[in-house]
Amino acid sequence: MTQSNIMPGFRPALAYTLFYLGLVVLIPLSTLVFKSLQLGWGEYVDIITNNRVVSSFRVSFGTSLIAALVAGLFGFVIAWVLVRYPFPGKRFLDALIDLPFALPTAVAGVILATIFQPSGMLGKWLMTSFGVQVAYKPLGIVVALIFIGIPFVVRTIEPVLQEFDTTMEEAASSLGATRLQVFTQVIFPNIFPALLTGVSLAFARGVGEYGSVIFIAGNLPYVSEIVPLLIITKLEQYQYAGATAIALTMLLVSFLLLLIVNLLQLWARRRSGQI
Amino acid sequence: MHANVHVIGDATGQANFKALHDPFWVRWGLVGVAVGFIVLFLCVPLGLVLYQAFSKGWQAYWTALAQPDAIAAMQLTLVVALITVPLNTVFGIAAAWAITRFEFWGKSLLTTLIDLPFSVSPVISGLIFVLMFGAQGWFGEWFSAHDIKVIFAVPGIVLATIFITFPFVARELIPLMQEMGNEEEEAALSLGASGWKTFFKVTLPNIKWALLYGVLLCNARAMGEFGAVSVVSGHIRGVTNTLPLHVEVSYNDYDVIGAFSSASILAGLAIVTLVLKSFLEWKQARV
Repeated sequence: MTQSNIMPGFRPALAYTLFYLGLVVLIPLSTLVFKSLQLGWGEYVDIITNNRVVSSFRVSFGTSLIAALVAGLFGFVIAWVLVRYPFPGKRFLDALIDLPFALPTAVAGVILATIFQPSGMLGKWLMTSFGVQVAYKPLGIVVALIFIGIPFVVRTIEPVLQEFDTTMEEAASSLGATRLQVFTQVIFPNIFPALLTGVSLAFARGVGEYGSVIFIAGNLPYVSEIVPLLIITKLEQYQYAGATAIALTMLLVSFLLLLIVNLLQLWARRRSGQI
Repeated sequence: MHANVHVIGDATGQANFKALHDPFWVRWGLVGVAVGFIVLFLCVPLGLVLYQAFSKGWQAYWTALAQPDAIAAMQLTLVVALITVPLNTVFGIAAAWAITRFEFWGKSLLTTLIDLPFSVSPVISGLIFVLMFGAQGWFGEWFSAHDIKVIFAVPGIVLATIFITFPFVARELIPLMQEMGNEEEEAALSLGASGWKTFFKVTLPNIKWALLYGVLLCNARAMGEFGAVSVVSGHIRGVTNTLPLHVEVSYNDYDVIGAFSSASILAGLAIVTLVLKSFLEWKQARV
């Protein structure tokens, strides 16, 4: 590096960074690729197109999508309320939003399973009043993933809402817009990219989530078995090739979806004139 | 701000003040939905942990926590965090220093790679270490020939936890140090301070709250990680069960008090983390 920089320690800092990154992240992750390359194409396709594997992908991505959308809706309302309205206990509730980040997923899992099981406090009420069973059904997975996803949405929207220029609202209202028009045509388009980011973060996290889901899911193959659980099942049966192929596919699909979301976001930002 | 609007309103004669504020029923309706959701999804679960843990009284609670398996699980969790957090903290500082204080080729790629573990499912994070060190893994044969156990043993749990918590400290420091710039450090250096002295006297005081914030989040995840650890641990009671795994094992054994007493320790950890987090955010906002 030739530059007029008097700051010391570039070589050791960068060398250590690369060494440690390589040792604990890149080399371990590369095993996934190399192990998969040992599989023939036909073998790989056989594993991936197996009915049970396809079903688990459908369950994982389907429940994550629904949960991310629900978290998006409630997360938006919560962020809006926390930023815009004064009410008692607000600071406490705001701090509590991060609970799903801080609470170990296994703890969240056993709690949600206990609440929503057919004899649990909410599970019983939902069962007798509406005939809906949450735990041990795909619906249980959705509930767990909403819990996990909420902070992603709230924490992405909150700063954008805080910085939102209220003079835009004033301008719109002085031009005669109604409150609904101000919201749908001024506020929402400006918040939308952040909402999209939050929802996609919640979705990505949901697809990989394991701890909070397995206790409430019921884990029935073809019905409520998520991809991470299937990977573990394969490992326990010493089917390393199968576990690897499924894991690599899940990783690639997740990256692809994140890429699409990033492009969508770029488009939404352009459209609302933020770039 | 409102006075402004008033003037504009008077001038045009048609400002719609109602358009600046949500109607009363919308306001309280939304507050109701938000508070209801938070109470139902966040407060009730926390209360339930304590309710279940103490459902047979203090005595049963303490007996469950004093079981050898529970104590071993707590010790292992502490050991894992004590190894993981310092390693990732040193890395985080080194990475933030290299990335924010120098220009070099591939910098944005490096920043992206540091975040990589966050986008990998915990189960896959465990799987890669099994592929490396497991019986059929790359180094499996060498390690078993030398009688070193990595998978289904403590080293594997440590490795998986390091991977999972890898980005936390770096992620907090990089944006902050970027924003700070390096004028203060350059001033110290040009006045003759050594590199380390500059770091400890100038950089560290400026970044300490963000650093603690990163360490706090790293520690919470290190102590609470479940998916990755569950893949590499092998669930050997009293030996390779961390506290979250102990919760799982007890729960699956229908040992409600055992599961929820350990869960209450972890929930306590989460609450302490949240309180400290709010405190650090407040501190950092005042710097």
